[in-house]
Amino acid sequence: MTEEIVFEQEFPVKGGDFSRAGQVSCKIKNLLQELGLGTEIVLRAAIVSYEAEMNIIMYAWQGCLDLSVTPHRIRIVVKDSGPGIEDINLAMKEGYSTATLEMRELGFGAGMGLPNIKKNADEFWITSEAGRGTRLEMTILTNGQKP
Amino acid sequence: MMTLREILTSLGGELLTPGMNLDIECSKVFASDLMSDVLAFMEPGSVLMTGLVNSHVVRTSYLVNVKAIIIVQGKRPDMNVVDEARENKLPIISTGFSMFEACSRISQSFPEGKR
Repeated sequence: MTEEIVFEQEFPVKGGDFSRAGQVSCKIKNLLQELGLGTEIVLRAAIVSYEAEMNIIMYAWQGCLDLSVTPHRIRIVVKDSGPGIEDINLAMKEGYSTATLEMRELGFGAGMGLPNIKKNADEFWITSEAGRGTRLEMTILTNGQKP
Repeated sequence: MMTLREILTSLGGELLTPGMNLDIECSKVFASDLMSDVLAFMEPGSVLMTGLVNSHVVRTSYLVNVKAIIIVQGKRPDMNVVDEARENKLPIISTGFSMFEACSRISQSFPEGKR
């Protein structure tokens, strides 16, 4: 049986738009706090969302984060149109990065993004097609906390 | 453990977000210019010491529950970055010391592993 969705919203993210980077994740954090979820759960969701948002901005042409909250889980699905990832196993390796100098000067692109998403999410799926784009699906269990 | 006020004094710093509570207790410090590392390794509730002054520092700090931002090397962020910090109730202190010197000056007050 599908769980009742308490909250759902889609957030578009434009590739290359460094000036707005992080704004969507700040909104997501505020929303989750307003829903009354606990600090640790909100923190993990914020990290997962921010890493995914930065990946779209750094590597893709455009994408979106789809947030849905049910009584037992936070689900974030991220889809982008972009170059995709040729070797997912390599991209999952800590420290592996294809970031440019500009990204690194901003403090990002250290090759920790995908491993950090995996660490903070309870469930994580990634699929990618070279030349087309990448899809991430992350779930964070809320242990029956509100909502 | 130090209060933000004590950190401000030890670093001869300037509070760029006036009116914020300086009596908050700080028990952990994380020093880094890599926001990727802040996201991956910092303990929530730390004070962030950095040489970066862009808006991503403020957004990253807000997202991972940083208590305060200390900017080293006498750098000052643009006004819009300070405004964003103020909106998120994040104190910013600027100090003329280098990252190494600033860490050294306050490190005695923090137990090993929390700095």
